[in-house]
Amino acid sequence: MALDLFTVGDPIADTKAPRDVPIGERWSERRFRAKLVNPANRRKLTVIVVGTGLAGGSAAATLGEAGYKVKSFWYQDSPRRAHSVAAQGGINAAKNYRNDGDSVHRLFYDTVKGGDFRSREDNVHRLAEVSVNIIDQCVAQGVPFAREYGGLLDNRSFGGTQVSRTFYARGQTGQQLLYGAYQALERQMAAGTVEQFARTEMLDLIVVDGRARGIVARNLITGEISTHFADAVVLATGGYSNVFYLSTNAKGSNATAIWRAHKRGALFANPCYTQIHPTCIPVHGEYQSKLTLMSESLRNDGRVWVPKERGDDRDPRQIPEDERDYYLERLYPSFGNLVPRDIASRQAKNVCDEGRGVGPNGLGVYLDFAEAMQRLGRPAIEAKYGNLFDMYAQITGEDPYEVPMRIYPAVHYTMGGLWVDYDLQSTIPGLFVIGEANFSDHGANRLGASALMQGLADGYFVLPNTINDYLASGPFEKVDAGNPAAVEALEGVRAQTERLLSINGTRTTASFHRELGRLMFDLCGMERSEESLRKALDRIPEIRQEFWTNVKVPGEAGRFNQSLEHAGRVADFIELAELMCVDALHRNESCGGHFRAESQTPDGEALRDDENYAYVAAWEWTPEGAPPVLHKEALEFDYVHLAQRSYK
Amino acid sequence: MNLKLRVWRQRSAAEKGKMVTYQVTDVSPDMSFLEMLDVLNEQLILDGEDPVSFDHDCREGICGSCGVMINGRAHGNGLFDDHPQTTTCQLHMRSFKDGDTIDIEPWRATAFPVIKDLAVDRSALDRIIQSGGYISAPTGTAPEAHSILVAKKDSDAAFDAATCIGCGACVAACPNASSMLFTSSKVVHLGLMPQGQPERNDRVVNMIHQQDLEGFGGCTNIGECSASCPKGISMENISRLNHDLLGALRAGARPKS
Repeated sequence: MALDLFTVGDPIADTKAPRDVPIGERWSERRFRAKLVNPANRRKLTVIVVGTGLAGGSAAATLGEAGYKVKSFWYQDSPRRAHSVAAQGGINAAKNYRNDGDSVHRLFYDTVKGGDFRSREDNVHRLAEVSVNIIDQCVAQGVPFAREYGGLLDNRSFGGTQVSRTFYARGQTGQQLLYGAYQALERQMAAGTVEQFARTEMLDLIVVDGRARGIVARNLITGEISTHFADAVVLATGGYSNVFYLSTNAKGSNATAIWRAHKRGALFANPCYTQIHPTCIPVHGEYQSKLTLMSESLRNDGRVWVPKERGDDRDPRQIPEDERDYYLERLYPSFGNLVPRDIASRQAKNVCDEGRGVGPNGLGVYLDFAEAMQRLGRPAIEAKYGNLFDMYAQITGEDPYEVPMRIYPAVHYTMGGLWVDYDLQSTIPGLFVIGEANFSDHGANRLGASALMQGLADGYFVLPNTINDYLASGPFEKVDAGNPAAVEALEGVRAQTERLLSINGTRTTASFHRELGRLMFDLCGMERSEESLRKALDRIPEIRQEFWTNVKVPGEAGRFNQSLEHAGRVADFIELAELMCVDALHRNESCGGHFRAESQTPDGEALRDDENYAYVAAWEWTPEGAPPVLHKEALEFDYVHLAQRSYK
Repeated sequence: MNLKLRVWRQRSAAEKGKMVTYQVTDVSPDMSFLEMLDVLNEQLILDGEDPVSFDHDCREGICGSCGVMINGRAHGNGLFDDHPQTTTCQLHMRSFKDGDTIDIEPWRATAFPVIKDLAVDRSALDRIIQSGGYISAPTGTAPEAHSILVAKKDSDAAFDAATCIGCGACVAACPNASSMLFTSSKVVHLGLMPQGQPERNDRVVNMIHQQDLEGFGGCTNIGECSASCPKGISMENISRLNHDLLGALRAGARPKS
């Protein structure tokens, strides 16, 4: 065990879920036991919500409707831009409209199992329970879900389940759900319950007497750095996939808010759990700025292969059948091309590592529709996948009807995040964390169509009920800009801003970000080993050191300065990357998206170690030079039995 | 390939701007338009110059953040015969030729003041939504989803209108700088759903009123909006809005003061 890299502290536990009643009654019981705030008193209480995606947008709107004074912050120009907008597939809900055996318990079971038994049962069960309310809410808002001719809602099936429980709006479900929340939020802004802070980025958390009482934020247009105060702070700032530089996240998605909160005392849980999606358009050059996801539905008809010989650079159409390796069909005869995301991704990496990858830099595999075109005919393929084929052609300039697609895995989602209890409260009282920014519901692997469900569950239904219990003991003593904690946080942000601008070195922020991303993808990506992680942990402090002495950030602090914004985010990614590697190194087992080379079955599959690792790893920040402290939350499985996954 | 860029540079809303010429070399045809600007910016930073500001985020054509005038066309839509209507981030450099000169300018409209260079303030569009672009359904009040039936053709048409990403290309392309296509897409989306009926009249008069207050021009049915829209939002939405507006005014609906 890498004891030089961390120390072990006291265990932690959730104390909010009422475990004295059966799991199906806990959410109802929690709401009953939670203290309430009289509607007349809500006007006296202020809540800061950072982020306006599905979680933050729905939370801010709902808290505004409830009568709280809400301050909503986002870094983009409009709340409608939050990256939830890009989610394609759909949203799960246990409505059982198909009469196919679905239930709250089945959605709960599928999610715990899909997460490879590394999530908290209580939270997941509640998620399954409120899933049905989400669909009702969104329909009432006018979200144009796909419908059948009778006017009822349509459903489809999605990976990892055997029932049809996914609601969708063509390939733009995230967009339509987000616009529903956005419109509700705009309505509250018009009503005056939500105050808006557009193009304003949170740069620190203000903690007074142990409670989260405000934030330091920078107005991205004027550059003004200021303090904002509240009785509670909610972070809904999304995931940290951009630590890898190239990911399917938006360019601006960042970890700064949660990382600064972590440095103020919030524990960071399971940072190494990242999801790498197998069907993305490959990298095409050094200048590439992001990766684009192609729906994994393509694997229903496309066959994945690479040439048998390494370095075979013939036109794929000229490579005869017997010189191709349909490796997923070979390795997993029963699931074939439909193995789960983590397995498909890892095998693509393996064949590329063997030198059999295709495309300009050897990092790609073919996804071939020739056989499906022959079997079903081109019109059928067009009807099923036309928009995806068009998108592929637009980005690559190649016609996938003629030449096999090239795909490669890309970082897509981060299951880790700030540790929260059943109330979604972090280890800092008054700091709540919702959506992808927390760690709570997906364990070590997230199922398709579950991210939208969690974001809206947290924002519409969970947080607005649990936050009352905390706020009922407020309003807290007034804090103003003169408070020493606020002054210290504000000065800290100012100092960092000035420092970034004064280094005036020889490398751009983007070059550091690219270097960090490549290192993380290679050494802490689809497969991790003690050797690769130690290598990463040797290198990251060097990158950090060089960044703080040699980065060149142009412009001024008091103006619109996108270079400065990016530099601050990359500084935090570098620190977070180190914690991710420590977490990945300490977890000497494979589970979900975390594959440790040392922990596999004789035939190369992920091998969990429930005896030693059935816990949440919640990390405590320590100042530079001191190793982080690990707090373990034991996971207990009373309702779902632990089992090893198999897809042979 | 090598290109000559003429880029609008303006330090802030209060200062005057001008076109500045830059050479970019070794541009790969596989780069997106924004990646080409990234390359220019890294070069500018290393040369000690101020990089070009532009809004962007998802870089997959859905968030609506990006958008510049390319050779006078919003997102470059209409410049290339073989290219589908799309966002700036989804335009790739293979659409250009070695030696091309490309003019790059911000959206130009009174209601979209320049923040810096190519980045503009589009918050006027949010305020149009605030004035009525929603259905009042507070969290928790919703009935069972299947208690509301929506005919598939209405739901599909509502979806088509609802795909508007709020990028502002319609305003930038319109000679009158009208936001009518944007506003109509929301009026039609919500107006086609049964849930949207109770507020339908008030919605259209309030949104049109707000649109006027923001300084957007009037619509004269020229159609540049739809021809520039990355999502292909149809002009039919404007007709439907006008139909709703007339009905609402006749029914006595008046904007909130």
